[in-house]
Amino acid sequence: MEQKCVCDKIKKEMKKILEKYPKEKDRLIAILNDVQERFGYIPKQAQLEISDYLSIPMAEIYGVITFYSRFTLAPKGKYNISVCLGTACFVKGAKSLLDRAQEKLKIKPGEVTPDGKFSIDDVRCVGACGLAPVFMVNDEVYGNATVKKLDEVIDKYASEE
Amino acid sequence: MVNLVIDGKEISVKEGTTILQAALQNGIDIPTLCFLKEINEVGDCRMCIVEVEGRKGFATSCIQKVEEGMVVKTHSHAVVEARKIILDLILSNHHRDCLTCSRNGNCELQELAAKFNVQVVEFEGERTKHKVDDKSPSIVRDFNKCILCRRCVATCKYVQKIGAIDCINRGFDSCISTTYDHSLNDVDCTFCGQCIESCPTGALKEKENIQDVWKKLRDEDAFVVVQTAPAVRVALGEEFGMPIGTNVAGKMITALKSIGFDRVFDTNTGADLTIMEEANEFIERIQNDGVLPMITSCSPGWVRFAEKNFPENLDHLSSCKSPHQMFGAIIKSYFADKYNIDREKICVVSVMPCIAKKYECSRDEMEVDGVRDVDYVITTRELARMIKQANIDFCELEDGKFDEPMGEASGAGAIFGTTGGVMEAAIRTAVDTLEGKSMDKLEYTQVRGEKGIKEATLKIAGKDIKVAVASGLANARKIMEQIKDGKCDYHFVEIMACPGGCIMGGGQPIKSSKIRSTVDVAKLRRDALYSIDEKSVVRKSHENPFMIKLYKEFLEKPGSHKAHKYLHTTYTKKEKYDI
Amino acid sequence: MKTIAEIESIRKEKREELDLRVNLKSNAVEKHILVCRGTGCTSSKSPKIIENFRRIIEEKGIKNVRVVQTGCFGLCAKGPIVIIRPEETFYAHVTPEDCEEIIQSHICEGKKVERLLCKDVNGEIVKKLDDLNFYKKQKRIALKNCGVIDPEQIDEYIAFDGYKALEKVLTSMKPDEVIDVISKSGLRGRGGAGFPTGKKWSFAKNEKSDQKYVICNADEGDPGAFMDRSILEGDPNCVLEAMAIAGYAIGANQGYIYVRAEYPIAVDRLKIAINQAREYGLLGKNIFNSGFDFDIDIRLGAGAFVCGEETALLESIEGKRGQPRVKPPYPASQGLFGKPTIINNVETLANVTKIILNGADWFASIGTENSKGTKVFALGGNVNNVGLVEVPMGTTLREIVFDIGGGIPNGRKFKAAQTGGPSGGCIPAEHLDTPIDYESLSSIGSMMGSGGLIVMDDSKCMVDIARFYLDFTVSESCGKCTPCRIGTKRMLEILTRMCEGKGEADDLYKLELLANSIKKSAICGLGQTAPNPVLSTMKYFKDEYIEHVSYNMCRAGQCKELCEITIDPQKCKGCGLCKRNCPVHAISGEPKQVHKIDQDLCIKCGTCVDKCPFKAISK
Repeated sequence: MEQKCVCDKIKKEMKKILEKYPKEKDRLIAILNDVQERFGYIPKQAQLEISDYLSIPMAEIYGVITFYSRFTLAPKGKYNISVCLGTACFVKGAKSLLDRAQEKLKIKPGEVTPDGKFSIDDVRCVGACGLAPVFMVNDEVYGNATVKKLDEVIDKYASEE
Repeated sequence: MVNLVIDGKEISVKEGTTILQAALQNGIDIPTLCFLKEINEVGDCRMCIVEVEGRKGFATSCIQKVEEGMVVKTHSHAVVEARKIILDLILSNHHRDCLTCSRNGNCELQELAAKFNVQVVEFEGERTKHKVDDKSPSIVRDFNKCILCRRCVATCKYVQKIGAIDCINRGFDSCISTTYDHSLNDVDCTFCGQCIESCPTGALKEKENIQDVWKKLRDEDAFVVVQTAPAVRVALGEEFGMPIGTNVAGKMITALKSIGFDRVFDTNTGADLTIMEEANEFIERIQNDGVLPMITSCSPGWVRFAEKNFPENLDHLSSCKSPHQMFGAIIKSYFADKYNIDREKICVVSVMPCIAKKYECSRDEMEVDGVRDVDYVITTRELARMIKQANIDFCELEDGKFDEPMGEASGAGAIFGTTGGVMEAAIRTAVDTLEGKSMDKLEYTQVRGEKGIKEATLKIAGKDIKVAVASGLANARKIMEQIKDGKCDYHFVEIMACPGGCIMGGGQPIKSSKIRSTVDVAKLRRDALYSIDEKSVVRKSHENPFMIKLYKEFLEKPGSHKAHKYLHTTYTKKEKYDI
Repeated sequence: MKTIAEIESIRKEKREELDLRVNLKSNAVEKHILVCRGTGCTSSKSPKIIENFRRIIEEKGIKNVRVVQTGCFGLCAKGPIVIIRPEETFYAHVTPEDCEEIIQSHICEGKKVERLLCKDVNGEIVKKLDDLNFYKKQKRIALKNCGVIDPEQIDEYIAFDGYKALEKVLTSMKPDEVIDVISKSGLRGRGGAGFPTGKKWSFAKNEKSDQKYVICNADEGDPGAFMDRSILEGDPNCVLEAMAIAGYAIGANQGYIYVRAEYPIAVDRLKIAINQAREYGLLGKNIFNSGFDFDIDIRLGAGAFVCGEETALLESIEGKRGQPRVKPPYPASQGLFGKPTIINNVETLANVTKIILNGADWFASIGTENSKGTKVFALGGNVNNVGLVEVPMGTTLREIVFDIGGGIPNGRKFKAAQTGGPSGGCIPAEHLDTPIDYESLSSIGSMMGSGGLIVMDDSKCMVDIARFYLDFTVSESCGKCTPCRIGTKRMLEILTRMCEGKGEADDLYKLELLANSIKKSAICGLGQTAPNPVLSTMKYFKDEYIEHVSYNMCRAGQCKELCEITIDPQKCKGCGLCKRNCPVHAISGEPKQVHKIDQDLCIKCGTCVDKCPFKAISK
């Protein structure tokens, strides 16, 4: 369970979010999208608030969260590296980018480095097929990427304080 | 009517019938796994696929409705091959420790593997791994044996409207879990155990206490008393191949004695005691403007549900302990004193159709002066296992009799095992008390039967008394919502957590999907209980000679200070999610 | 609220103003600088380009030049793209720093900036848009407005016949007549399976219910496909208008657009379009004073490919896990919240307004016997002109890949084209001349799918490609039914074994057995089609499978465990380029000496192969 002060903060934020929605069960995914955007993940306390608000059991909410890949249960790294594995990127060698990122940061997709600085995601098509292969650091798109370029970018952020 | 051909047989069935039902009605067997009539009709497992002429791909027989002129093949070569592969895939991600599984011999997956002559699993590969959850006193989840049929989820979510478990993750990693995979002990699970009843494999089972009981039985110093709930006797025989609804009370008593219990008592007598107290409490509430409606509290799953979901309304619950807890307290006080047995040395084992009773007997409140009311609860299924372990030929046993001095129970006690039974028993006593005389009317059929919520208005001593009976937690919730909204005008409500009452409890013999599709199990067991009542000499709790004696010698009168000490309890708010 | 007459006057006025967008010889005095704000160009800084243009124009006090953000022009490989109208000048790979020069030289001095002009595959400068082969064989119906109008201005949409079809339908047609036109046009679902749209509508129309729904399926999850996104980004109003028409036809007054949250630009434009349409009374109560009410809400997906399957999509809109339902019952009778519902794909809807305005016969005259109209493809992979193309049904694969797509880059050979994404198959060179339509594609083991078209050159290993698709399906399987949940996983395990050189003798047999079984027994379209990439590659590239299993060999050198990267000492000149570029420092060697690769360190990324100027390194 999140710490008490964090919990209270989440409760307060959740009140603001939930106010926007009618108490209808079909709003669950919209609310979760909102929460994910607000916190960068979906805290347990937020789920408790939603469960209470929409009268949906916690297990069902957890089932929905773990079904959709956009929802995460833990915060991502400060720099989230998403390697596009859409077909266009794959055909142009995106797999070696992903392999390299994993090797370099010693984490798997979905994981965060112990210092919380980096996380890796393999995503399906970020929509920049013309620039394939593509990886992103947070919202910044790096097109026509190579393993070398990825190395440089990671090194740049790693050396940052 | 719709005409169709199944496996070359021309048949005619009602419109809206599924292919599976149509086949079943005509003696054609289609294998199923995820199908559970009216509860889980989702077509997930794909075992029930059949070929329909002119249609590409297979049809899902448990869902698809018959159509005029349909030609169905249930066992064509293609269908059988496809089913075989599906079964193979399921087995490839299954624990396959059949020999040491509690469901060995009563497992729908095992049965299919035998039927399809599976000798080797072709498509071996990675298996999903799950930790076993055995934290709670009632239930064990071992999802290494889960085949993701989701019958448990449907039961919990749609029948009981709890939703403690659900499907999480997706794809190969899908599994059934609680929120954050917490133990069922710490979430909104009520321990009703209906999920166990719907599980086709051994993924869900009761927390076994058989070893604890054997240990006590072997302990020379211990005086081990067993008591059996009303619903156990009409179901236990099923575990030995007897027809559903056979009353095996006599054989059960003999078996218990030969297993080595020092005394065998009847929880029905405890039920009579509960009625004495509960009827009294009800009359008091009526006469002194107490909180109404009063709601029964014999069902520990229901009590846990109320404590977690309606903590503001707990004053509606009768303060009476459930029959076996009351009886345990009396055994360890009145009986112990009378026979000069050290109450610390007495071990009370309750045989119950219920797994929530395991949790109930472990509740802090359930003790008097530091002495636990009941030490162990075992289910009907566990008792059957013990009888088998003791190598007893159950079907051939002579009938035995419950031990003195706790006497013979009334018929009112017997019907406690079915929905409506507690209400009817309570009415019999309350009416006599309020009218001040013994009334002839015994049977209150308005509160009998399978309906989820039954209502009746009774004229008692010139007053209209409105009662309701709810079984299943979905119905319990409806009543509680009414109370919460201040829209409930009942005086007295009986609630049992399991749909149908204790006869359909989570500790009862598990019936396969096929049996549940074709036989009304609840009705057969229920009829057996009513027939015990009918044949009883005494049919009102307060007329049970032992009750009269017990109050005279020990408890003074219903609701007395002493009665409160031994027979009543309290309820407290419980966090719905202790996570 | 606007009346029909008011809308008509907006249309007239705006049309004149925007004539230069479509008419090379327009008398308009203005110039419009169109900048693509589709996702592709946006990720390469087109918003900054727009900002710069506007700033410079203001600074210089230039009149009669307008900077317009538009949807996708299609030729994404050349992005960010800037087009100046009416002269149709096509600037490619524009950076924010180039804006100053374009304004100064092109606008102020009338001299085109040569270095930025788009060049075709042969390196020839493209004078104007229509000269480009990329556009010559295309026919734009669904994409008609994309790259022409500003998608955030409803007036611009209205200018090009926007909401005219809705007006026509509401004022002069009965619902049955609308359905009749759609049926006669031969329009089929563009989302994959190709179900006749008119039939779908008539099923829903014939259901009696107090409530019905129209849903636009914009959950485009096929990796490498972005047709629907481009339509939503470039012309959101045409989808809204078509939904309202569909609503009128079947008797629904509520619509939902289910769109991926990963498409933020599309979502924003939809929101803007819905608000503007509501403001004009084109959505809402009593549209065009006809008594017909229709409104639309957006529902966001959250990253689950399976939600593109229509019943999974319904579950998701209802706030649940996106697990498909068994059909029948079909959504047309029991859909959203149990009510009759039609679910149409974005591209399907984008055709509706044009059919209403131009007639069924016009649409039916385009395409093949059973597949009418056009199809939009997202052309990607090893092809020169990566981008979005719309061609008449019946165009051959060769025309798309070589004429429109400009062929295979780097002098490599065409090996296969993959259509239909994870549900489709790989089409080998021998079928390049197949005219593409629903039937022909499925007869050669693939499917139309939503329109992803990925070209692969001969450096691709087909077993690895099959594994890639299976990996996708496995991670996107909802987990509901056994064949898909466990079966596809087992297939992936077998393919992975093969790619790692651990294949077993009966693996090929097992793979085929499983594939055929899953195809028939899975619940939904995703599961039933999941084996297609495997079956089609097994059909056309069986040798490669056999090589992997029996000879531990990968001819394309893609499967790392089956290949080694080596330096040919005869060809190596010791230039050191490979060594400098190796990301893991696996290459050693003194200058002007033959270099060597340490196989233990090598991650087989292939960088050195590409970098070696002497072609001394190979897999």
